[in-house]
Amino acid sequence: MRFENYQLDSFYDEMFEKDGTPRPGSKLLFQRLTSLSDGELIRYQQSAERALLNLGITFQVYSDTEGTEKIFPFDIIPRIIAADEWAVMEKGLKQRICALNLFLNDIYSDAKIVKDGVIPEEIIKSAATYRPLCEGLKPPQGIWCHVTGTDLVRDRDGQMYVLEDNLRCPSGVSYVLENRRVMKNTFPAVFSNSHVRSVSNYPGRLLDMLQNLAPAHISNPEVVVLTPGIYNSAYFEHSFLAQQMGVELVEGRDLVVHDGYVHMRTTRGLQKVHVIYRRIDDDFIDPLAFRPDSALGVPGLMEVYRAGRVALANAPGTGIADDKVVYAYVPKMIKYYMGEDAILPNVPTFLCWEDADRQHVLANLDKLVVKAANESGGYGMLVGPHASEKERAEFAEKIKAKPRNYIAQPTLGLSRVPVIVGDSIEGRHVDLRPYILYGKDIFVLPGGLTRVALKKGSLVVNSSQGGGSKDTWVLESNGRPNNPRNASG
Amino acid sequence: MMLSRVADSVYWMSRYVERAENIARFINVNLSLMLDQQLEGQNPWEALIQITGDYEMFSAKYDEANMENAIEFLTFDKEYPNSIFSCVRSARENARTVRETISSEMWEYLNRLYLKIRDRSPGHKSSFLSDGNQFYTDIRLAGNLFTGITDNTMTHNEGWHFTRLGRMIERADKTSRLIDVKYFLLLPSLADIGTPYDELQWSALLRSASAYEMYRKRHGRITPEKVVNFLVLDHEFPRAMLYCISRSENALHNITGTPFGTYSNIAEQRLGSLRSFLAFNSAEDIIKRGLHEFIDDFQDNLNHVDAAIYKTFFEFRTPGG
Repeated sequence: MRFENYQLDSFYDEMFEKDGTPRPGSKLLFQRLTSLSDGELIRYQQSAERALLNLGITFQVYSDTEGTEKIFPFDIIPRIIAADEWAVMEKGLKQRICALNLFLNDIYSDAKIVKDGVIPEEIIKSAATYRPLCEGLKPPQGIWCHVTGTDLVRDRDGQMYVLEDNLRCPSGVSYVLENRRVMKNTFPAVFSNSHVRSVSNYPGRLLDMLQNLAPAHISNPEVVVLTPGIYNSAYFEHSFLAQQMGVELVEGRDLVVHDGYVHMRTTRGLQKVHVIYRRIDDDFIDPLAFRPDSALGVPGLMEVYRAGRVALANAPGTGIADDKVVYAYVPKMIKYYMGEDAILPNVPTFLCWEDADRQHVLANLDKLVVKAANESGGYGMLVGPHASEKERAEFAEKIKAKPRNYIAQPTLGLSRVPVIVGDSIEGRHVDLRPYILYGKDIFVLPGGLTRVALKKGSLVVNSSQGGGSKDTWVLESNGRPNNPRNASG
Repeated sequence: MMLSRVADSVYWMSRYVERAENIARFINVNLSLMLDQQLEGQNPWEALIQITGDYEMFSAKYDEANMENAIEFLTFDKEYPNSIFSCVRSARENARTVRETISSEMWEYLNRLYLKIRDRSPGHKSSFLSDGNQFYTDIRLAGNLFTGITDNTMTHNEGWHFTRLGRMIERADKTSRLIDVKYFLLLPSLADIGTPYDELQWSALLRSASAYEMYRKRHGRITPEKVVNFLVLDHEFPRAMLYCISRSENALHNITGTPFGTYSNIAEQRLGSLRSFLAFNSAEDIIKRGLHEFIDDFQDNLNHVDAAIYKTFFEFRTPGG
């Protein structure tokens, strides 16, 4: 396969240096790819796609009836992260999760961070995801965000930024595990001597973390995964994780609160449940506590949770940290709670509720990305440089009407990776979502999900908006992907 | 112990695979029967649709019970819930809701099967008919493969017993319908009895149940009474009604742990009495009383068993209720 016509343009490329030579960690991969004939790489790509379809690794498309499932597009050229670079990301993520968890503990109890004037009270209280019902809650071991999927992006200059924190029900980790499995089955040669760090122990780690949430006197706790059901876009993942952990996958209708405990309905009557890894948003988890019209949740669950008779991961209320205005304060949280500077910076963020920022945003809509404070999945967003005059005008009105609901960030030139497009290779923009588990300690799964905007020039990587994914390799050591037995130093 | 919803899905996953396999077997035999001989005055395709018990649904949509319509209806019709396509789709949908309970191999196999059938567009009818037999042979084989994969990859736990229960109840139902249709529609006139033509028909019936060779080994000459004896009352032939009911009962008692010969719930009670109803009958008595009436009774009872299984294991009972 040829890279001769591969264009770097003005972007940071994850595989190549500015002068077009492969980065140290990518040399071996580059050699392997260039040694393949044009047809071979495409054949590997096709067999990987077929494998994903046969494995049923698909996501749901709500609007569609017969083909309700699509495979999440997958590109077989891996994205490589060097060991030293990963070490910084890992450290930065641990620091950030630690601070966010301290923030959640604080904000639902004494709210010292507000009293000390670091974050304005009205920002917290006006957030749609703030849960007054969670005030005074004491989750087991003081942990709120057990599973996090932080979105990282790299700008033109090579700097990594945190784009979003995703402390509610981040999805995608199943693709990390299955992408790796499919790569190993369809393209095994590329792995030899590459020293890629393994991701396969994630389900085991997740199960350990969940079991630890059960009351100490329960020797064999019943852990379940709670899914909204087969029509949820992440259903495959819910089912996959339950299967890999060997626990029950339940829907709301399988659970019932009885005698002050949560039970599941089984062929032999009711059975107590101790830990729920819930993949349903707060809003829907208990119709008695939150949205009364929810048919997905379990009536009375919050009461049992409050009494400490069932553990939830993640804890209710974590969504406050996902609010994009609150996000802007995370570097200050790190300083406030830990006395440290943030290792991974935020993307510079303008808060439309502040007059000066708003004026700047309105005057520069054609250069900025504007986001609704509480939307995800690429919805409620304006990419200024790509929007029409009319769209910008409409957004300006929305901002003026509800300034609290909007933030703006400079349009980043997201880094790119080589992707197979037809019978050639072209650069496409990517982000990275590492997964972090907070149990006895904080564990960061090496790598994470690399999402690719497959449309030429597009900056939106979400699967709902035409994104795909790649296997992500974190290398054991820096740029020396040789067999250690043969290496001299 | 397993989730009621999951047990329900596992049971139906297995029933749907068995159903698809049986329909394929019926069509397979009809296709080859047509090649053997012109059937005067009788329409084997109409008989085939009668087997399903869904003749009304068919006639509401198709004007004539010819081969093309019958094949379309029974194989590809997406609106007909018991077409092969719909059965495989339902089996897969059920499997998809219990992927964490069944083995990956089971899921992957059903998923591949579904994709294969879905991509086989009925638009290419002509090419389809030229190798149609192969297609139905493949589906029959698929049912057997799925059973084998299930037996060899899934722990023989409660869930596995539910797959057996579903499969055996479905099979008992299909065998009984097969016998009934032969009786009802293909009943030879008195003049035909004992002629090669009659024998051909009974042979076709046996072949539909993949029972021809095994019958020959057991009884040799083909007589109506012995065919009834074989397909209804045989203890060892895996598609005989009594065999299926005995195995269902065995699966059920493995699920509950209730000693054999006793019962602890209504499903066990009904299935147990249905087994004795068969076990202590004879082909002679059945024919004397009327084969059709016997089958009617049997199907009623089988429906009661299915309802009792639902009530005992799958229904969402409220606590204390």
